[in-house]
Amino acid sequence: MKVSSFLRVLAVFGLALSPGLGLAEWNLNFKPTNTILGHDIEMLHNWIMWIILGISIVVFGAMFYSILKHRKALGHKASHFHENTTVEIIWTIVPVVILIGMAIPATKVLLAARDTSAPDITIKATGYQWKWGYDYLDEGVKFYSSLSTPRDQINGLAEKGETYLLEVDRPVVVPVGKKVRILTTANDVIHSWFVPGLSVKQDAIPGFIRDTWFKAEETGTFRGQCTELCGKEHGFMPIVVEVVTEEEYKTWVAAQLAESGAPSFDANKTYTVAELVSAGEQVYNTNCVACHQPGGVGMPPTFPAIKGGKIATGPIGDHIDIILNGSKKNPMMAAWGSQLTDMDIAAVITYQRSGINDLGEAIQPGDVATARGI
Amino acid sequence: MEAVHDHDHHQPAGLMRYVTTTNHKDIGSMYLWFSFVMFLMGGVMALVIRAELFQPGLQVVQPEFFNQMTTLHGLIMVFGAIMPAFVGFANWQIPMMIGAPDMAFPRMNNWSFWLLPPAGILLAGSLLAPGGAGGVGWTLYAPLTVQQGMGMDMMIFSIHILGMSSIMGSINIVTTILNLRAPGMTMMKMPLFVWTWLITAYLLIAAMPVLAGAVTMTLTDRHFGTHFFNAAGGGDPVMYQHIFWFFGHPEVYIIAIPAFGVISEVIPTFSRKPLFGYASMVYATASIAILSFLVWAHHMYTVGMPVEAQLYYMFATMLIAVPTGVKVFNWIATMWKGSMSFETPMLFAQGFLFLFTIGGFTGLVLALTPVDIQLHDGYYVVAHFHYVMVAGALFAAFAGVYYWLPKWIGRMYDERLGKIHFWLSIIFFNVTFFVQHFLGLAGMPRRIPDYALQFADWNMVSSIGAFGFGFSQIFFLYILLKAIKSGEKAPEKPWDGATTLEWTHLPTPAPYHSFETPPNLKD
Ligand code: HEM
Ligand SMILES: [Cu+2]
Ligand SMILES: [Cu+2]
Repeated sequence: MKVSSFLRVLAVFGLALSPGLGLAEWNLNFKPTNTILGHDIEMLHNWIMWIILGISIVVFGAMFYSILKHRKALGHKASHFHENTTVEIIWTIVPVVILIGMAIPATKVLLAARDTSAPDITIKATGYQWKWGYDYLDEGVKFYSSLSTPRDQINGLAEKGETYLLEVDRPVVVPVGKKVRILTTANDVIHSWFVPGLSVKQDAIPGFIRDTWFKAEETGTFRGQCTELCGKEHGFMPIVVEVVTEEEYKTWVAAQLAESGAPSFDANKTYTVAELVSAGEQVYNTNCVACHQPGGVGMPPTFPAIKGGKIATGPIGDHIDIILNGSKKNPMMAAWGSQLTDMDIAAVITYQRSGINDLGEAIQPGDVATARGI
Repeated sequence: MEAVHDHDHHQPAGLMRYVTTTNHKDIGSMYLWFSFVMFLMGGVMALVIRAELFQPGLQVVQPEFFNQMTTLHGLIMVFGAIMPAFVGFANWQIPMMIGAPDMAFPRMNNWSFWLLPPAGILLAGSLLAPGGAGGVGWTLYAPLTVQQGMGMDMMIFSIHILGMSSIMGSINIVTTILNLRAPGMTMMKMPLFVWTWLITAYLLIAAMPVLAGAVTMTLTDRHFGTHFFNAAGGGDPVMYQHIFWFFGHPEVYIIAIPAFGVISEVIPTFSRKPLFGYASMVYATASIAILSFLVWAHHMYTVGMPVEAQLYYMFATMLIAVPTGVKVFNWIATMWKGSMSFETPMLFAQGFLFLFTIGGFTGLVLALTPVDIQLHDGYYVVAHFHYVMVAGALFAAFAGVYYWLPKWIGRMYDERLGKIHFWLSIIFFNVTFFVQHFLGLAGMPRRIPDYALQFADWNMVSSIGAFGFGFSQIFFLYILLKAIKSGEKAPEKPWDGATTLEWTHLPTPAPYHSFETPPNLKD
């Protein structure tokens, strides 16, 4: 009675503490997979688990039988045998045979898993600290994909959504039933491209290109995340793959191309401070906030503050330079020149100087273009 | 674990005694205490990690600090807690078990120990460096290491020093075993604990310089413009991993093999029956050691090796299961038809046998490349290596401490409390780590400070288990201190099944100098 009410209190306490537990799954095995290969891997894993169960019954059976029966407390007298060549040969050979029974199916599955030939679509995935860049090599679609979970949810200031930490601003879209080859590489450190529902994981190594593939059997949304420690935001660079029908895919590609063909800004236009600040805030929240923090307070000494920062309130040339080319002193500050457009850079600089700080200056896309030109 | 000794030696008293000592028992005790302090420190870090992972969201620490905690926890547990603990056992036990007066190079022995505290201070002190310690994981993968602050350099130097200490310790152990055995103590009569240390010492001598090379290259990449691991300069980040794991896989056996040795002493003693298959145990251990240098890239199935290489590493890794299986079968055959009793050392040995075997099974699962690709760098792996390192090595160390404590201090520990310590440890261990297999299967990556809601349930269970496990170890400290201060006087031979020299040829507690004249074992 006492114990059970104690447990009840504990359970209530636990539930109260854990907003997440409502969505928890008490999952015990692999998540359902959406590829035939994933299915084969699952079957292989099940096969191995049956073998292990069998061995366990024999080994632990002998162990616990002995523990129960051959006790001094029961008056069991010790025998004195300590060798038996036949037994020793048997228990060397039998495991070898069992291992061969595991190795054969494993080899088959592995050969299939590594066969990246004849893909229908090839997408290059580039790991950045801390987001993924995608490049559809044949279609010419290119974009970046970053975490879209608001910081407030992470810091416990807002309720966590259903796809907490597994949601991005722009998912990868692929057609169902097509062999998709993923090339992986990275820009800075090693990352790893992992989507459990599609049963793929491949390291993304700076300076090298590796590949893997999947072929989704059904439409749906598949979520995964980076699985190689890549620095501070490693836990916050998810991967979302949307598997759609062939037609939906074609429409999506066309829409992407139309969007990138027509730049959403005018290089020669002069924007107002307010326009730039509001566009810049978005750029900042996607790319900069992880290190420089909301409000630009930074995390000194590694991640300097923007608010009142030397560069962010100093000469404009240095400010443009560090964003285009990165920091020479601190490798944590990446070069953003190749990832952001002139408009993005102009906007984010304006946001830092006139939104976070109050210099009231507007930096125009044209200024950035001029700086790039040098 | 203070040595109780006859007071006819000429040595400074107090602290200076320990600074200048060349006595294998003093040094062994210092190793053991050092490792216990590091164990508690690494444990606190583990609890910081588990506190943050208690529920989704960031509550306790920031991601950067979290990464520093996983890194330091791993390095401290491996290099500061487990390895020195077994060197402590080697120091205490090897001379007594082979009939030697002391270690072969007593002064070098003093050095090997006294290198450890500065290394430990550098390692833990890196947290105080500007920017903190390196947040790169205990594997220190390039090129992430290049981005870190000064704390990273402190860690690298610490590893250099730890390596020197291990190499000196190993040379000493090899020389002692090969040269100082009593007449009649032939190689194939040595207790298995001595054999396992002989093999481990060779592994250390071969593996530690490789690690030193890897971290030195990291150091020059960081500061002197080399590009060993930088593709832009013609290097290769994956090469770092090959070098690291060429050290790293033997390292896991450096941790496991002395544990096998302890278990191979404890099980026969409490089964009152000689070890089954002594010769095959020696050969199995030696083949594990040799194979351990041939399988390193099974930690790298996702880097994109050619499929032929993956197949080779898969087969070679599976092969290790054979000698490992032989060892497990031999231990069970030793127990079979014995006359067993279950004092605390035997309980921990049984816990080892059961849980290490489970760790071996999950190792087999991970050996299979296609399955490992799904599980790599996730919580399944975290569960696997804690089964072999905590329930394996650490439980063996507990078994060893309870087993030899009466010999070391001449007092008994409280048997009832020892048993409670065992049951608390094994229950909380499984609560903490068994559920992590489920997290890994569901796709939770390791080294993340925050996670999706689907992982919330098992993480909470795991964190509760971790705190229970942590507090059980404070209880262990209490048991030790109680035994040292007020334990009952130990009988000459508290374990009637023990057959090795320290129990049969030396009084309890062991005298300060073990065998001033070697026992004659020829007959
Ligand atoms: C109180 C007992 C322990 C608990 C609760 C614990 C918990 C943890 C946790 C939560 C991680 C981080 C996993 C991740 O995010 O990747 C970890 C990593 C690790 N632990 Fe433990 N641990 C304990 C004891 C030990 C011991 C005794 C050893 C030693 C031999 C050990 C060796 C490691 C290693 C090598 C890592 C990997 C570190 C890395 O990712 O770089 N742990 N442990
Ligand atoms: Cu990552
Ligand atoms: Cu290994």
